[in-house]
Amino acid sequence: MTPVVLNRRQLLLGASALGASAYALPVFGAGNGMEAAIKAMFGNGDIAEAKVKLTIPALSENGFSVPFEVEVDSPMTEDNHVTKIAIFSERNPIPLIATYHLSPRSGRAKVNGRIRLAGTQNVHAIAQMSDGSLYRASANSFVTVAACIIL
Amino acid sequence: MSTSIRIKAPKTARKGDVIELKALIQHKMESGYRRDEKGETIPRKILTEFVCLYDNEEIFRADFHPGVSANPILTFYTRATESGTLVFRWTEQTGEVFEDSTEIKVT
Repeated sequence: MTPVVLNRRQLLLGASALGASAYALPVFGAGNGMEAAIKAMFGNGDIAEAKVKLTIPALSENGFSVPFEVEVDSPMTEDNHVTKIAIFSERNPIPLIATYHLSPRSGRAKVNGRIRLAGTQNVHAIAQMSDGSLYRASANSFVTVAACIIL
Repeated sequence: MSTSIRIKAPKTARKGDVIELKALIQHKMESGYRRDEKGETIPRKILTEFVCLYDNEEIFRADFHPGVSANPILTFYTRATESGTLVFRWTEQTGEVFEDSTEIKVT
């Protein structure tokens, strides 16, 4: 194996890349490739931090079953409705947790359920509108007993 | 494994009203990350899809991954359009289907 020798420029590039990823995910970093998973599902378009409200308990004593609720501000008409809501974890072994498909027949863009969290983290909800626009929100939960020991 | 499904939906509704639907199913949602007492990985076995049909038309669908808790529960909404049957259908990764239905009277 050839030893890896980095010059000053490469080191600086690496350091700035690290800085950039730390900026994008301030809490624990993208150890599980969550941002890549979000791009794989929704593309490279801008995702505005608006319209989506994600609620999870600030303290989860049991990471095996954490309730969440996501509601998107939308009139849910033929012309303007939510088509998809996806829930992502930045720390679980698989970033994508669940995807919900809605239509004008939903009447209300609100879903809730229960998820597993492998430790304290931010949970992210991304919503796609019928015009293709994307919105997101995140919420943090302190998890006392993690759902997954292997990370 | 015996599987029980529970549905919560109003029996009656007024046309145009947005109604709340709740679905619950008994399922381990084995994540594939747990190990047994011998240290062997327990294979993944999860429900991968939930669909709600209103008079045979799909009105809501969910795709599940191992991050969904055991005994999945979900709440969602739909607009009451006419009297008919609501079918709640869960599909396991094995292809096995679990379903139940309820009638709604819309006035």
